[in-house]
Amino acid sequence: MGVVAEASLRSRVLERLRAIRPPPVIIADEEGLRPFETDAFIQHRATPMLAVLPESEDQVRAVVIACRDLGLPVVSRGAGTGISGGAIPHPEGVLLVVSKMKRVISIDALARTAKVEPGVRNLQVSELAAPHGLFYAPDPSSQSICSIGGNVAENAGGVHCLKYGLTTHNILAVRAIDGDGDAIEAGGPALDAAGFDVLALLTGSEGNLGVITQVTVKLLALPERVETVLAVFPTVRDAAEAVSEIIGAGIIPAALEMMDRIVIEACEKFLAMGFPAGAEALLLAEVDGGNEETLAELAAVREVLARCGATQVRVAADDVERERLWKSRKGAFPALATMLPDYYAMDGTIPRRCLPDVLDRVYALAAEYGMVIANVFHAGDGNIHPCIFYDSNKPGELERAEELGGRILEICVEVGGTITGEHGVGIEKLRQMCVQFRPGELGAFHDVKRAFDPDGILNPGKAVPTLKRCSEWGGTHVRGGKIPRPEIPRF
Amino acid sequence: MADAFIASLCERIKDHAARKAPLRIRGGGTKDFYGAAREGETLDVSPYSGIVAYEPKELVVTVRAGTPLSELEAELASQRQMLAFEPPHFGAGATIGGTVACAFSGPRRPYAGSLRDFVLGTRIVNGKGEDLSFGGRVIKNVAGYDVSRLMAGALGTLGVITEISFKVLPRPAFEATLVFDLEEESATRQVNLWAGQPLPLSATAWQDGQLRVRLSGAPTAIAAAKAKMGGQEIDAADYWNALREQRLPFFAQPGVLWRLSLPQTAPRVETPKAQLVEWGGGLRWTPGPVNTLDLRSSVERLGGHATIFRGGDGADVFHPLRPALAKIHKRLKVAFDPAGILNPGRMYEF
Repeated sequence: MGVVAEASLRSRVLERLRAIRPPPVIIADEEGLRPFETDAFIQHRATPMLAVLPESEDQVRAVVIACRDLGLPVVSRGAGTGISGGAIPHPEGVLLVVSKMKRVISIDALARTAKVEPGVRNLQVSELAAPHGLFYAPDPSSQSICSIGGNVAENAGGVHCLKYGLTTHNILAVRAIDGDGDAIEAGGPALDAAGFDVLALLTGSEGNLGVITQVTVKLLALPERVETVLAVFPTVRDAAEAVSEIIGAGIIPAALEMMDRIVIEACEKFLAMGFPAGAEALLLAEVDGGNEETLAELAAVREVLARCGATQVRVAADDVERERLWKSRKGAFPALATMLPDYYAMDGTIPRRCLPDVLDRVYALAAEYGMVIANVFHAGDGNIHPCIFYDSNKPGELERAEELGGRILEICVEVGGTITGEHGVGIEKLRQMCVQFRPGELGAFHDVKRAFDPDGILNPGKAVPTLKRCSEWGGTHVRGGKIPRPEIPRF
Repeated sequence: MADAFIASLCERIKDHAARKAPLRIRGGGTKDFYGAAREGETLDVSPYSGIVAYEPKELVVTVRAGTPLSELEAELASQRQMLAFEPPHFGAGATIGGTVACAFSGPRRPYAGSLRDFVLGTRIVNGKGEDLSFGGRVIKNVAGYDVSRLMAGALGTLGVITEISFKVLPRPAFEATLVFDLEEESATRQVNLWAGQPLPLSATAWQDGQLRVRLSGAPTAIAAAKAKMGGQEIDAADYWNALREQRLPFFAQPGVLWRLSLPQTAPRVETPKAQLVEWGGGLRWTPGPVNTLDLRSSVERLGGHATIFRGGDGADVFHPLRPALAKIHKRLKVAFDPAGILNPGRMYEF
């Protein structure tokens, strides 16, 4: 687009947007747009033509219709905590920031539902539900700042998915504005809705099928009791076997996290956890629910851990100790990051039985590339988060980390898994989408998009690659000192 | 054999698409009663049968669409696992493909999740004769749009389902049933109060002033729940199965059977005949005849929808969609089945 044409289009857009009544906040100056240049996928950035901060669904509709009329891309953004680049602006488009849409419309304790606007924070829902003895189950690591609209767009997960499911299992209804500017209501307050499962399509569609304006979430009864166990194993295979045996014993733990030896070493060095020498794997298991059920499950878990060769088993006696055990999962990476400032977090899912072999291959790749990879897994559901450490000050190291990451995702597909368990495709994994799906499936995805967005204005170029663009790829990079929001927990 | 079946299926669909000749997809034929008009040459999926992969410790099973539901359930039971959505069979020959196409869930649904919640992946042949796979065999997967769940409940109008992967769950160690004398609105309120507490509920049903509640879990957990909830314990294993399969005398009433899907806490909807209420108030059955428009408008006002489940003449089976949603439905149908040959009219007019 020529400079003159662009300026003229920009003034026409502004004119349309300023005519909206009541007028939404519009940001058009370079300085004001800077905070919106990227989400938490910090490797890529772009300045949008404009950003609009609507406060109501009517305003969202008006913005989408204006953009449709003028043929402009619309990228929607919640809290900007996504780590696959789904909310990175389009340089020739409008960024629709829903952060001002943060009303909690209703909480119905008897029906165990909450109806909220998309900008409401994930954790806020659980906080508001807590006085009623209820909570909202999906708990992505960024839950204190990420918003429900973004959670729905990404089908966010967390550490409790094996028992409680992803976002798609924990919402009843979504209102969204499609690419025509029509308001669609998918799902509803009942347990099912007439027609196709449009709710399933919208969930995880990464802003490609509609701009989410309202979400009704399910709330669950807070567990009466939580028990947390940390076990140390001499080999990954033993720990993986313990996971299988726990599930084989008919127990679905609320959380089942595994950490590898790199993480253990970091724990020892920085957190002085006191693990026995030679430990290769940690398993953190949490069971919750009613008092009696939880105690029965705890006893069974302990029996399995002992039988599977755990060399050390610790049960948290109270919340303080629980916090300390969780540190082995959550505290190790900041510690590791002090040695090597940059890391690249992957997000594949594999059949759990493949875990030991996949891990061996990951270590072999790490040796081949001369890089350190630390591994944490949501072991119950096979979601693996290998973290590749590198130094962006060394020329070419970032590119090598990206290449290594791509090879790990391709291993995940090869063993029957997927390239993304919970982080989304965004722009990061477009290339691996071409490894996972054939042209037929990719074509079907484009057909689905056209059903919601015939003009292709909603978040174009994200989530589903065109066959032509399969060579494009990137990574989830956390670069020491250069991250706009280093405080965001990323996995 | 398997590859040959899929290849011939693709060829047949391409041929029908070219001629715009409708196909009527059929498995065990146990759900012929469900849905609207049906036309076209029968496409029998039942030969495509068998469990492709079952990894009990992964909680994942992959199964061909023509597999009898009873065969799949027996295999899962042999490993002390189950389809947690407790699907009804409605006949001896029910297949898993037909069950998914109808998205039928049973009594455990409000407390364990619905059929679509447990779908991890589907393989389909679309209306262009393309063999496509969506989702996968892992529990967490957000790559691509969730087309596999879209197939659940689409009544075959978007594709012929050929394989499905499910998440399965352990069977509960123990079950017990409590019965309470309560009127409908008190029963619904009570059940929803309980559901907001960490109690091991796994099914509820209210009829004629009696509320039945099934509990599932560890024996100690059930004993503790009984102490909290009161009521009288009865032996009701047969009752829940009869409810699931609609073999209770309530379902033997002649004429139309209406299925009302409502928010669990929605007030009573007035109907000429008595109702049987499941799913903590979320699912209410009533025999017709009723005034269709009146019933649908009162159900819709409460946020629900009403289906002519059985016994209708094939007209107005499903609750009408609002215009914006109907537009999306029509476009999805065209996207997956441009020639309009897969079960045309079975769901809506397209």
